[in-house]
Amino acid sequence: MGVYVLRRLLQAIPLLLVISLLVFLLIHAAPGGPLAIYLSNPNVRPEDIERLRRALGLDQPLWRQYLSWLSAFARGDWGYSFSDGRPVAERVLERLPATLELTGVSVVVALLLTFPAGVFAAVLRGRWFDRLTTALAVAGISLPAFWFALMLQIVFAIGLGWFPSSGRTTFGGGDIADRAQHLALPVAVLACLLAAGWSRYLRGSMIETLAQPFVSAARARGIPARQVVLRHALRNALAPIVTIVLLDAALMVSGAVVTESVFAWPGLGSLFTEALARRDYTVLMALLMLTSTTVVALNLVADSAYALLDPRISS
Amino acid sequence: MRRHWAAVVLAALIAAAAAAPIVAPYAPDELDLSHRRERPSRAHWFGTDELGRDVLARVLYGARVSLAVGLLSAVVAGASGVAIGASAGYAGGAVDNLLMRATDAMLAVPRLPLLMIAAAVSQPSVAQLVLLIGVASWMETARIARAEVLSLRARDFVTAARALGAGRARLIAAHLLPNAAPAVIVSMTLAVGRSILLESALSFFGVGVQPPAASWGNMLYQAQSALGTEPWLALFPGLFIFGTALSVNLAGDRLVATAQR
Repeated sequence: MGVYVLRRLLQAIPLLLVISLLVFLLIHAAPGGPLAIYLSNPNVRPEDIERLRRALGLDQPLWRQYLSWLSAFARGDWGYSFSDGRPVAERVLERLPATLELTGVSVVVALLLTFPAGVFAAVLRGRWFDRLTTALAVAGISLPAFWFALMLQIVFAIGLGWFPSSGRTTFGGGDIADRAQHLALPVAVLACLLAAGWSRYLRGSMIETLAQPFVSAARARGIPARQVVLRHALRNALAPIVTIVLLDAALMVSGAVVTESVFAWPGLGSLFTEALARRDYTVLMALLMLTSTTVVALNLVADSAYALLDPRISS
Repeated sequence: MRRHWAAVVLAALIAAAAAAPIVAPYAPDELDLSHRRERPSRAHWFGTDELGRDVLARVLYGARVSLAVGLLSAVVAGASGVAIGASAGYAGGAVDNLLMRATDAMLAVPRLPLLMIAAAVSQPSVAQLVLLIGVASWMETARIARAEVLSLRARDFVTAARALGAGRARLIAAHLLPNAAPAVIVSMTLAVGRSILLESALSFFGVGVQPPAASWGNMLYQAQSALGTEPWLALFPGLFIFGTALSVNLAGDRLVATAQR
């Protein structure tokens, strides 16, 4: 078991190196490089650009820039924001709580929708409940997040006035009820999209498990149907779901870009769109690396959890 | 018929997009400043925008861009995915290892933010946008193509063909790829839905298809400033994105079911 985790950990290192190279090249191999926005600005003199280029080390060969960026990044030195000069790590950390709050609540709500939907659909396969949830799930997968967010905003914020249309709290306010009201619409968007994918996955996994001989054996022993489904089948159908939930949660660290920007939620997703509008490359690179690293790390956690649950995998 | 309605809807959409100059009641860039910001009416079924342009006409012309980008990106993604996945599966060893690590790496980077940066940096034309989305979406098909080739390579008919003297090119072209086709086609169908959503998201953030050309995504981008007063500007383009993605996904499901039968 320990050896297995160690081996997976060692595999994650080259993976992260490839990702870092990809992210670095995406920005530095672009025409004009990180200073493109200054090049197109007639108010910035060429000698200033030259000075900036030297100060940021952009006159160095590309491979040396990559190595120094990578080693600094690994040590937690993420550089300074192009737009306001503050340390990138500081800007990321101040936005992190809002994103974690939104992601956390959305994942919990999505799980509350996924389990009943997935399990009952599998048990009642082919009946109306299954067909209804399957239809809803396909609709959810096809739903463009930004449009769904805009529609919720039009109907529930602007039209009915039940919920605020943007932000995390009312200015100056901030009691629990106020925060819950601000959370409602963005959580509705994210939870619906997540639950749509997850419930289909759980349904498939449950149907597969319910067809296994050990389930028939449990039934034959006279164990009540409820218990067979929940204790025997669900427990075994759970493992594949764990991975996909963890991965989606990791992607949400920046994957909530759309929802956060429509609802002006002050998290990492909004930070990303703001940084993109100002071509704030140090922030963009940090956010991409942060998300990818989280994905790789949670993948590792999921694999280890797998191996712990099922000893056959690590051998 | 009832079972194929998703395909019928798709075909109708493609036909309407192709015939936009005939079907559309107005030109997509025809300004009518005396009829600005009008609600849907008999003269303008989907209403008009802030310049008095007919929203229905723009949705129909936008369909050409959105559908073309969606379909062609999926072709690019599918072709590169098959090339990468099949080489990995066929070559095995170090090549396989290298290609699959690259696939893992690409899958770990969040796709939409990655594309948003790439598009913001390169300010792509529509053709370049197709390439960008395609190049960012080959991974799923590559994994499937690899798995198919791996399992087919071990089958008796492939061994037999090799024993009869078939070369590598013939093995791949005549034996492996045709048998891997069903699974690959299904994964490409899913890529179409994903590509349409990606294009519209990029245009929604203002880094995809640029105005004055209409795409469903950039119509939504422009609608955002007048949600309260002119909700129809946001409603209709989004309904078409949703409907198209839904039809593609349902058609894909049907293909999966047929392939498994």
